[in-house]
Amino acid sequence: MIEMLEKGPRLAKAQNAEVGASKFCPGCGHGMILKTLAQTIDELELNDKAVFGCDIGCSLLSWNYMNVDTVQTHHGRTTPVIYGVTRANPDLVGIAYMGDGGGLAIGSQHLVNAAVRSENLLIIVANNTNYGMTGGQMSPTTMPGQKTETTPYGRDCDVTGRPAKGAEMVASIADPEKSFVARASVSNLRKLKATFKKALKNVDMGGFSFVEVLSVCPLNWRTNNVQTWDRLKTMEEFFEVKDFVQREGLE
Amino acid sequence: MVKKLITQDTRMFLTGNEVIAYAANAAEAEFMYGYPITPQNEIMHTWCKLLPKTEAGFLQTEDEISAGFSTIGGILAGKRAFTATAGPGNVIMQDAQSMAEMMRIPFVCAVMQRGGPSTATVIYAQQETRLTCFGGNGEGFRIVYSTAGHQDLYDYMIKAFNTAWKYRFPTFMLADGYQGKMREPVTLYDPASRGIKMVPVEATLGGANGSRPVNHVRNTFNLEEELMEVLDKYQEEFDRISPEIEEYLEYKADDAEVLIIAHGIVARSAMTAVDELRAKGIKAGLFRPITLRPLAVKPLRAAVARAKQVLFTESANGQLAQMVLEKIYGLQTPYSTLFKMGVGVTGDDIVQKVESMVKEPATV
Repeated sequence: MIEMLEKGPRLAKAQNAEVGASKFCPGCGHGMILKTLAQTIDELELNDKAVFGCDIGCSLLSWNYMNVDTVQTHHGRTTPVIYGVTRANPDLVGIAYMGDGGGLAIGSQHLVNAAVRSENLLIIVANNTNYGMTGGQMSPTTMPGQKTETTPYGRDCDVTGRPAKGAEMVASIADPEKSFVARASVSNLRKLKATFKKALKNVDMGGFSFVEVLSVCPLNWRTNNVQTWDRLKTMEEFFEVKDFVQREGLE
Repeated sequence: MVKKLITQDTRMFLTGNEVIAYAANAAEAEFMYGYPITPQNEIMHTWCKLLPKTEAGFLQTEDEISAGFSTIGGILAGKRAFTATAGPGNVIMQDAQSMAEMMRIPFVCAVMQRGGPSTATVIYAQQETRLTCFGGNGEGFRIVYSTAGHQDLYDYMIKAFNTAWKYRFPTFMLADGYQGKMREPVTLYDPASRGIKMVPVEATLGGANGSRPVNHVRNTFNLEEELMEVLDKYQEEFDRISPEIEEYLEYKADDAEVLIIAHGIVARSAMTAVDELRAKGIKAGLFRPITLRPLAVKPLRAAVARAKQVLFTESANGQLAQMVLEKIYGLQTPYSTLFKMGVGVTGDDIVQKVESMVKEPATV
């Protein structure tokens, strides 16, 4: 006779247990990023302080993923909503979650100015090199030669420019005494958690944090598991994975 | 908690923009988010100058999009926050105003109209009437007060906060650059001295510490029917509360044969015109909607039905007239128009127009 164990899945406290199955596509990177973020919130015991905002695009599906107060905002506008929150209540730890389109295209002015002003929040840009929710169009981070619905013959950088490097851009304008700027990848979740830890600690100290997370979109990439992993590795060669800015005293 | 500057009735000679900043403080507003655009700049100038005394907060954002959205953030964090804008700033702030409609956020914004379309002129117009009432990709779940002078600016800015927080529809105080830049005597007062209690504010995001279930505030719906269910409820609520909110002013409208319909500062010109016309033996009167959303439809229809002719006059090409005509459908009173796009309407303009209407009655 087989004995059934009454054992639920291991969920972080900061994860909403009632959300059920993941709403993201099979193989999507968002679930991995959000789960890691939730674990980090638990470990730093920021559950009561954290306020989570999500953008429009695939990231909108995270609107009830976290077991923390959450606002689903509008495309590109998560950054101003969340710095609006933390300006009004500086005790909170604000997290603005978005994709590469929301962060680096339609919301780029907010990213630039939030970095310049050292707004007190963590901006997470999940970079999967395309607009997933709308069907896989070119985004600012689409790789040279990458096929998308609006670059069906591959991204031609002569016509569309070079891919945007978000972390490098933010690093060049962020105040080194108040900021933490990094790029991580879903290929190494332990390292991602360490990055989130530093980022959230910095926000809790009143600083500005930016983490770009290289992520995957097998559905729109039309890749199988092996190809998805290979693509991620190619991205890691193009987009350097490292901490770009780390204020003194932050560990 | 902010410190209130006005503790007893104080007579001052101020520009309208200054009045708005004082009114926001009197209403216990705690935070302003803003971006420079003429003719509303002095609202934030005054707000900033007063900060050491009020201990309130201010953030100058990177554009009106972020001014609108960070205002939403401040409100969600439980602050009585507000913003102000004008013209093209009002256009791009629709992005945030729509979200405030969808999420029923007590968003408060002073709109100081300037000329349009686009950059146009920087001081005056009534061309943001339609935009302020029905902007965004929605249904106009907004409350809009149109002011006609400095006492109005003070009274309705205070009222806007309470209306917004009580009913949770975005609330606008629609004025214009003439009102913003002009100086007038005005009585500033502590709202408590007039029996006005400020509606308490509460945080949607943060500060719960386990005292309530976690909030997940939504802006996207999966199904068309799911959205309609929500919006039907909003519409039902908007209709139900409208009688509590509707405001209007009638000036010698009881026996008016020519009824002038005007809002904002043009209504003030109309009042001088009514007196002048009455002195000349012409029975003129004014109907001034104070709330443009919702319109006080019943008294409006009654006033129009009593009159022999109606004159719509605006510093726009009939933006209010369009809204009113829909609501007086079925009445037979003919009307004329005096529309000056982006230009002020004087009492003389109205007197001449009404005199010509008396000679040659309107037929439309």
